Amino acid sequence: MPDNGVILEVEDVQKRFGRVEALRDADFELRNGEVHAIVGDNGAGKSTLIKIISGVYQADAGELRLDGEPIVLHNPREARQLGIETVYQDLALADDLDAAANLFLGREEYLPPPLGSLGFLDRKAMRQRAEEEMRRLKIGISSVDQRVVELSGGQRQAVAVARAIAWGRRIVIMDEPTAALGVRESAMVLELIKEVRNQGLAIIMVSHNLPEVFAVADRITVLRIGRTITTMATKDTSLEAVVGMMTGAVEAALRAEGS
Amino acid sequence: MSATPTTEPDAGRDRGRMALEAFSRSWLFVFLLLLLAFFWLSTPSGTFLTSANLSQIALSTSEVVLLAIGETFVIVTAGIDLSIGGILFFAAVCGGKVMLELSGTNAQVTAGVYPHATRAVLLGIVVALAAGTFWGAINGALITRMRLPPFIVTLGTYGMTFGFGDLLSGGTYLGAPVPTSFSHNFGQGKGLGIYYPIWLALVVLIVAHVFFRYARFGRYTSAIGSNDEASRRAGIAVDRHIVKVYTLAGFLAGMAGVLDLAIYTNTTSVSHLTDNLNAISAVVLGGTSLFGGVGTVLLSAVGAFIPTVLTNGLVIKNVQPFWQEVAVGATIIFAVYLDQLRRRRGGEGR
Repeated sequence: MPDNGVILEVEDVQKRFGRVEALRDADFELRNGEVHAIVGDNGAGKSTLIKIISGVYQADAGELRLDGEPIVLHNPREARQLGIETVYQDLALADDLDAAANLFLGREEYLPPPLGSLGFLDRKAMRQRAEEEMRRLKIGISSVDQRVVELSGGQRQAVAVARAIAWGRRIVIMDEPTAALGVRESAMVLELIKEVRNQGLAIIMVSHNLPEVFAVADRITVLRIGRTITTMATKDTSLEAVVGMMTGAVEAALRAEGS
Repeated sequence: MSATPTTEPDAGRDRGRMALEAFSRSWLFVFLLLLLAFFWLSTPSGTFLTSANLSQIALSTSEVVLLAIGETFVIVTAGIDLSIGGILFFAAVCGGKVMLELSGTNAQVTAGVYPHATRAVLLGIVVALAAGTFWGAINGALITRMRLPPFIVTLGTYGMTFGFGDLLSGGTYLGAPVPTSFSHNFGQGKGLGIYYPIWLALVVLIVAHVFFRYARFGRYTSAIGSNDEASRRAGIAVDRHIVKVYTLAGFLAGMAGVLDLAIYTNTTSVSHLTDNLNAISAVVLGGTSLFGGVGTVLLSAVGAFIPTVLTNGLVIKNVQPFWQEVAVGATIIFAVYLDQLRRRRGGEGR
């Protein structure tokens, strides 16, 4: 097992869009080899937070640290270069290309020069590597030559996840990974997430589906109206407690008790 | 390409889909063969199906093939280029003007004497290619920088290229034919029994096909047409690639303009009004999807023969060749309908 040291820290991050304060005071800490769920009601700032971590948005204030070093991400490419990959909610796949091509989209491998210098692709190598990756992650698609459009929803999600994992050297961010899937397919993707964790990557998972969160997450961070309410180990809490924190009921109760 | 069923077996539907796939892949060839057979049987023997006439058909298809190659790349990005016919004409006028200016004095040229033919022709070719490339780049820049739909941009440049071309040429043929040596040695010249323009179109076709199937350029073209946002997120410079694709289409239209001068020694806007229709129909008949993402360069070249075969056959049959435009127009609609049907059956859950 890899060490469980802290890989990513987000401290006092703020972000506003015009008059909307999406994040007022978000803190977040991610450890190696954990699945860390971010939960919260609509408008809690979950999406904003992961988009800041994946380089899509830039924080107005606060700090991001990777392995203890402060980092500034100007765009998703810089995040990817640091080993942070994102699986987007709307499956960012090119449907008319096959699974292997999607896995390598934007990172194609080329034949040796001179052909490679002209942009000729090493399709065999990419295919082989794609097959290995699918096997490693136990993703059952009959062939990596299959166009993505011909795959089922779960298989497509699996391809998207496989791409993130294949390239994510440190952190994989998953935005509602099962939102569009049926029961059986969701189970398949959750298995995949566990598989990835067991291989030592850190996973951030945003989800509305609390039973799923409780099924795979090691820790849970609750956001409410742009603030981090708390972070706790899944085994130390319950679904009811988390719902209470998401909606503010628990907070109100605590405040009433404390004052 | 595999048509392996992935979802739970629904044998009847799958068989239907496979039949549709097979039909939409092969109907072009069947259609072309039927067309050839029809003209062969309905014309006096020794007129249509002769090697001389078939060479003539291939020669007059060479320009459309070049246009269709560029148009294939454009359509696979889920774009459209309505301007390539205009660009062809504009490039041909520019190239032709340069050839006439430089090959001799006015008097010499009108008398059919071209003292500096070689130099003039070479420079004319360069200018025509540059003019085509220029308009292609303009298309690409307007589409990506100003975020305008390709349909509108290229409709606009279609008007502009024809307008500028006619302004330069005075709205009629150029004052004199371009140096006849150009036509003798290239446009109407043969190597190994085949006209040089056909060789040129063939070479360009193969190169384009190889780059489309096996190189980054083709893969990015398909990826962008399939899902431009996904391509952007994957780190592909989408806008730059789109500019390249339209520039390529412009360049190839410029090359087609060079062929126009080489084959016919002159040019006029009227003879190029239907080039767009022919090129787009070639691409669509070849099975490239107007929705982007999928296409084949080679089949576009096969599709390019339909309009020329129709025109040629109708002329020999002594039927008004304008029926060709009617037929081609109707075939486009049919081909796109087939494509839509295939997409609907094949891509459920999109």
